[in-house]
Amino acid sequence: MEETVQYAGATGLLGSVWLLVAIPLVSAAILLLLGRRADRWGHWLGVAAIGAAFVLGLAFFFQLRGLENKSVELSLWDFIAVGDLRVDFGLLFDPLAAVFVLLITGVGFLIHLYAVEYMAHDGGRRRFFAYFNLFVAAMLLLVLGNNYVMLYFGWEGVGLASYLLISFWYGRPSAATAGKKAFLMNRVGDAGLAVGIFIMFATLGTTQYDEVFSGVGGLTATTVLVLGLLLLLGAAGKSGQFPLQAWLPDAMEGPTPVSALIHAATMVTAGVYLIARSNPIFSANSTLQLVVVSVGALTLLMGCIIGAAKDDIKRVLAWSTVSQIGYMFLGVGLGGGAYALAIVHLLAHGFFKANMFLGAGSVMHGMKDQVDIRRFGGLSKHMKITWLTFMMGWLAIIGMFPFSGFFSKEPIIVAAFEREDWTAWLFGGAALLGAGLTAFYMTRLFVLTFHGPKRWTEDIEHPHESPKLMTIPLILLAVGSVGAGFLLSTSVPDWLTATAGLGSEHAEHEAVLSHAVITTLSLLVTVLGAGLAWFLFRAGTATAPQPAGVLVTAARRNLYTDAVNEAVFEKPGIFLTRALVFLDNRGIDGLVNGLAAAVGGGSGRLRRMQTGFVRSYATSILAGALLVMAAFLAVQAGWLA
Amino acid sequence: MTELKLPSLDYAALAPILIMLGTALLGVLVEAFVPRRSRHVVQLTLALLAVLAALTMVVFNADDRIITAGQALAVDGPTLFLQGAILVLAAMALLLIGDRSVERGGAFVAQAAVTAESADDRRQAEGRNGLTEVYPLVTFAIGGMLIFVAANDLLTMFIALEVFSLPLYLLCALARRRRLLSQEAAMKYFLLGAYASAFFLFGVALIYGFTAGMPGRTAGVDFATINAAVTESPASPVLLFAGMALLSIGLLFKAAAAPFHVWTPDVYQGAPTPVTGFMAACTKVAAFGALLRVFHVAFVDASWDFTPVLGAIAVLTMLVGAVLAVTQTDIKRLLAYSSIANAGYLLVGVLAPSRDGLSGTMFYLVAYGFSVLAAFAVVTLVRDADGEATHLSRWAGLGRRSPFFAGLFTFILLAFAGIPLTSGFTSKFAIFGPALEEGQAWLVIAGVLTSMVLAFPYLRVVVMMWLSEPGESTPTVTVPGGLTSAALMIGVLATLVLGVAPAPLLDLAAGAAEFVR
Repeated sequence: MEETVQYAGATGLLGSVWLLVAIPLVSAAILLLLGRRADRWGHWLGVAAIGAAFVLGLAFFFQLRGLENKSVELSLWDFIAVGDLRVDFGLLFDPLAAVFVLLITGVGFLIHLYAVEYMAHDGGRRRFFAYFNLFVAAMLLLVLGNNYVMLYFGWEGVGLASYLLISFWYGRPSAATAGKKAFLMNRVGDAGLAVGIFIMFATLGTTQYDEVFSGVGGLTATTVLVLGLLLLLGAAGKSGQFPLQAWLPDAMEGPTPVSALIHAATMVTAGVYLIARSNPIFSANSTLQLVVVSVGALTLLMGCIIGAAKDDIKRVLAWSTVSQIGYMFLGVGLGGGAYALAIVHLLAHGFFKANMFLGAGSVMHGMKDQVDIRRFGGLSKHMKITWLTFMMGWLAIIGMFPFSGFFSKEPIIVAAFEREDWTAWLFGGAALLGAGLTAFYMTRLFVLTFHGPKRWTEDIEHPHESPKLMTIPLILLAVGSVGAGFLLSTSVPDWLTATAGLGSEHAEHEAVLSHAVITTLSLLVTVLGAGLAWFLFRAGTATAPQPAGVLVTAARRNLYTDAVNEAVFEKPGIFLTRALVFLDNRGIDGLVNGLAAAVGGGSGRLRRMQTGFVRSYATSILAGALLVMAAFLAVQAGWLA
Repeated sequence: MTELKLPSLDYAALAPILIMLGTALLGVLVEAFVPRRSRHVVQLTLALLAVLAALTMVVFNADDRIITAGQALAVDGPTLFLQGAILVLAAMALLLIGDRSVERGGAFVAQAAVTAESADDRRQAEGRNGLTEVYPLVTFAIGGMLIFVAANDLLTMFIALEVFSLPLYLLCALARRRRLLSQEAAMKYFLLGAYASAFFLFGVALIYGFTAGMPGRTAGVDFATINAAVTESPASPVLLFAGMALLSIGLLFKAAAAPFHVWTPDVYQGAPTPVTGFMAACTKVAAFGALLRVFHVAFVDASWDFTPVLGAIAVLTMLVGAVLAVTQTDIKRLLAYSSIANAGYLLVGVLAPSRDGLSGTMFYLVAYGFSVLAAFAVVTLVRDADGEATHLSRWAGLGRRSPFFAGLFTFILLAFAGIPLTSGFTSKFAIFGPALEEGQAWLVIAGVLTSMVLAFPYLRVVVMMWLSEPGESTPTVTVPGGLTSAALMIGVLATLVLGVAPAPLLDLAAGAAEFVR
């Protein structure tokens, strides 16, 4: 595939795209630097910064729409320029970046607004908003950079913000541990991404998107495969995909708005962005695409199965996120037109998942921060708005017609059936099964929380609806959950065709089943799954854990992935560490300590020469002078040189 | 009577020097005629304006590539770049010198003639306004430095050396507190400085002897003549090499290279901190400017002969600086040894005789100057009732007391340690890269190894500030007034900007990196 990619220079209004990153960043800096002085108004500054970024994003978006070449590049300054290595601090604003900017700032704004009230009783609210703004700035840098190094900066930035926010309540040991877990697992992925970028340097001598994509045709298949797999490792780490999925559900220890913004709507989709952005690399190698599709399919099923066995409202949602991102990976892995479908699903998911997370937060707000869905029930009468808005999210995620999930997920299922060989049945079937399972566990969550008999703990008397500042974002997001899918699926694919390679090729193969059959089937499994869950849980459920069969036990234990991690990585890792520590203590430390002692001892002894007497200083200068003279003359006599 | 022919003078090219020296003379008159109350403001304004005017003239002259005043002064790319650097850094140092908000009356003694530690001395330490003679002294020193980097013959260079050294000796003695230490430092600096000047002068004499007897040329100590003599002179090369050795000793003394560094810790510690900052930043620029010109212009054809010796001195300097920094317990002494180690790195740049090496060295000088001034600015802020608390144990837990200033200082220390995204990283890169290309790998290896050793004392301070509990004796950080704040923020920002986007200054240095001969 020999295609050249070229971006136009940014002019006019688009010349100030950098403001998108700068505004939240400055706001975060102000909040952190001013300290307690900003406690009274700091949160409003945070909200205003994101609001301003959203308005700017809209302006840029409309500006971009009017342009002929829909990819504008803005080079701010040479970041590193040494020899052949040139890294530009530059931004790229194209249709793909534009939709991400709108998602991040739009949903981000609503969640910021919600958090003003949600965090009202927390002493660290200003710090929270500072981190939140920092996150938005880093995320915008991630999607706006015009080269992989910029992307990596954003990537590490969101990682940092995510870590800070997960362990926001660092007083709780579980939150601190979860933060560490997220950090470590992300490191694995990040290392992959970093090595991938090094490979680009080594083979292509550049990390600029346009130059990389133009040059990828000249690489050997193996190089492309290795490069792609490393990028995939990075993507899987950030997006909680197999085998690096375990940190995401634990990340729910953070405040709920964090879960909504970072661990549902935006950051975790960075992996999808990376693959979509790198589509010329992934499209260049079919093995690579197969791996991506397999990861997606496997993860989406795992997420569904584990989600069905969890009782913590946020963890169910977290596993559903894992599963939905699996759909997106499936989409980007399929390549061609399915890239655009995955992005559509990503955007639609951003709305309805944020909606449900904030709904869950609203429930927790009313229920004294409890999260066990077995101790909820009957909340529909007490929290009308939360109930209705959550219902919109629920209908959207299970893909019920005409809610947004239907328009975004169903095309991916169809696309999975369009593969040319028997794998069409495999991946199509997995996607279809996933739809049914999603309907089941999401309905279970919905029914157990809002319907059926009350199973509340004694200390709860009157669950109350949340204040306006929390319900208004909920309502807006609910509207998005209803309408976004249709609007997005009709407009975004065309819009994205202007991004290099995205959606430009239409599927060449006929689906193994006709479109209508697939649609009918997917609606059918959805109704079946939802109906089954309704039937099983309409009368509530036991409030204590029940003995269960093999599958449910496995699902409760996260399909033993943690156990596998422990057995395969942790135990040998600990052993290896101990062995290394032993070696280190005896061998290397001996050497290093010896060196350090030598340096320290030498330092101490040399110090004694610094007597403070001018006469001894003068003597040492004289001795030095004689030495230098002698050395010069020795050189001249040819003894040294 | 033989007619004395005046050399032609390019007054515009000499304007920065003339402005500084003229202002210094004016400053002396101000001392005599302006009432005591308003002297401080007048002198500070005057000095800053002069620096600004001189800087304007440097920018105005940016395209000059000439030798003027006979053969005495060269106004070329490196001269202008380094003059600009000296002026900018001197402006920052003047801000520190002029600050009277951190300590009542400023950092300087009110009456230098009072016996140290007497009752009178204690009274003057309590907040009478400091001497304003420091401003003409500083302005003289700046003027001398401007000549020093432009000097195109050894005698001019010697005069310039004395012009900027003598005010510095005096300035060192003017600390408001710990006056015995301060006076002792000044005495040492003066004695050893005079001693080193003697070496320098003896070297000049030997070189003059070496240049004699060339067919068709008169003897002289201007660099063109020396350059020609290196290849053509019939005199014994022993004269050349002995002269070169003695000259370099004089210059290396000012640059604080081992084994001629011995004065540095004592003087840095004893001198008033703003003056220490001024010396660490500006004297370093001047000394290396002169070293660059001497070895890149006059002796360039003997580079095969001097490189091994200077290389050995560079390695020794890095080692001494890094190793001795490890056991220091006083922040000012620690910074002194760090400055010694940095002199070693700069020597590596001097020994990379390419355009890149020259521009890298000049970039390093600017970057280091900004960081070190910011570091000393923070040192002036950490104080208790007896003045600055410079013992490292007193800095423990400072991160809890004043996270903002501790954060700034941490950033500067990370820059010294050469962490990426700070100017410490880019400047080391700018020096080591060309050195590697010129085949001086052994110097680069020594540089990298010693920076690893050196990272230890820096990080120890960081750890101490952030991870120790503040003790009873942890002093507070004085919130500085506008002048010190401005200097500090300029230094920190420059450290950051030169680390993130070094390209403009590197380009500027690269454009200036050619001597006229």
